[in-house]
Amino acid sequence: MTGPQATRGFVGRPRVHDPGLPPGQYDARDDWPVLSAEVTPALSTGDWTFRVDGLVAEPRTWTWDEAQALPASAYEGDIHCVTTWSKFGMRFGGVSLDVFLDAVRPDPSATHVVAYSYTGYTTNLPLADVTGGRAWVAFRHEDAPLPSEHGGPARLLVPHLYFWKSAKWLTGLRLLDHDEPGFWEQNGYHARGNPWEEQRYAGD
Amino acid sequence: MQVTDRATGPFDPPTAFAVPGRIAVSNRAAAVWQRAVLTEVRRETPTVSTFRFAVPGWQGHLAGQHLMLRLTAADGYTAQRHYSLASPPDDSGHIELTLAHAEGGEVSGHLHTVARVGDAVEVRGPLSGFFAWPGDRPALLLGAGSGVVPLMSMVRHHRSHRLAVPLRLFVSARTREDLIYAGAYGEETTPVLTREGERRRLAPDHLAPCFGVGAPAWEAYVCGSNAFAEHASRMLVDLGQPVERIRIERFG
Ligand SMILES: Cc1cc2nc3c(=O)[nH]c(=O)nc-3n(C[C@H](O)[C@H](O)[C@H](O)COP(=O)(O)OP(=O)(O)OC[C@H]3O[C@@H](n4cnc5c(N)ncnc54)[C@H](O)[C@@H]3O)c2cc1C
Repeated sequence: MTGPQATRGFVGRPRVHDPGLPPGQYDARDDWPVLSAEVTPALSTGDWTFRVDGLVAEPRTWTWDEAQALPASAYEGDIHCVTTWSKFGMRFGGVSLDVFLDAVRPDPSATHVVAYSYTGYTTNLPLADVTGGRAWVAFRHEDAPLPSEHGGPARLLVPHLYFWKSAKWLTGLRLLDHDEPGFWEQNGYHARGNPWEEQRYAGD
Repeated sequence: MQVTDRATGPFDPPTAFAVPGRIAVSNRAAAVWQRAVLTEVRRETPTVSTFRFAVPGWQGHLAGQHLMLRLTAADGYTAQRHYSLASPPDDSGHIELTLAHAEGGEVSGHLHTVARVGDAVEVRGPLSGFFAWPGDRPALLLGAGSGVVPLMSMVRHHRSHRLAVPLRLFVSARTREDLIYAGAYGEETTPVLTREGERRRLAPDHLAPCFGVGAPAWEAYVCGSNAFAEHASRMLVDLGQPVERIRIERFG
């Protein structure tokens, strides 16, 4: 089937075209749905560590306190979930991934990363999507600690891609010279997940 | 918690949750929008109905999987939402969805109040092999509200194939009137009513008999609102269910 086929009698909700809304998305407004397939881990900041390894000159593990001491930066903007809701004007605080990556000195052969969660959840990203000020390790939401059901104490934040790429309960990043599908990608989701191109499922 | 310090050795997560899905998803099939013609509407509760569709090109699914449904307005505006498949895998050429009528809901509202038999919508899927149950391992199913939908597909699959593998369903609803598929449950099911009868939430003592000596090694499936998913999954962990054998589908 080619383009969408009109549904008899469907008018949809009254709407103004919002240029900030990618195709197929709707504004969740005050709602922040929780979508994770696993049990929410009870993880204290004292237990949390973050490791960056793989194709790097110097693999490294940061403790919570060490990560908090790094230069902080914030993201203020929108997020888009593949289950079709978007949320405008979110505020997250954390540390740019550039800071962590600079410290480990990526090998020139590195092209992709796999993000690891404490639960074993993984997701893959092109290195270019998590460098240049486009990705963070987020510790805070709206000036409060990130709630555990949203990935606290720390989640990856890659707001320009669908939100399943922003792995909750982040604990590691591995640099690779090839793309390696993560959890949802092995379950049929798109390798990159650009909301503006509606890259929802493999084959989109 | 100990993080491995091997320079380039594999990172070992404390749990092995990220096992691959139960099945490989057919990517090509999931990428294609298909026409689905409404053939029947059955009322389940005052606010929930089952919608049966003919989808001639449907290539099958496993119990527990969901799909994406799309509605398109005359001006090209589209609304799409995820819905679990209620029908068992082998209902050839037909699928069933069970939708709660969300107040002010754009998609569920259209299907409940405007759609009629003969109308066409578009679907793509099945999606996600993770929450799927092929019928191979003992299944402990916990659902609340419309979260029972993918679990009912599992119960129907279990019945139609007379599977010997153990299956238990606990389903929570406010009242008997709100209980989806109320007339369809058998001995495998324990309904828990929160506003009449027992008047309480699903509790550890409901589940405890499933965890006695010699109990099956369950694969647990939890489905419902986020609040229910958090409550039910924590209860399972406390009863000794390994976290890597708890699969959760949250409806948002
Ligand atoms: C994997 C998965 C499987 C699912 N399976 C099922 C299933 O089997 N059965 C089922 O019933 N549901 C299921 N859901 C939920 C389903 O996808 C929809 O979220 C649900 O049907 C509501 O969609 P809607 O378009 O009717 O409501 P929406 O239009 O999305 O509105 C949802 C709520 O928000 C309010 N709202 C949001 N925006 C506005 C606005 N601009 N103006 C006014 N009000 C607004 C509405 O009043 C309503 O109460 C599933 C979800 C997931 C993720």
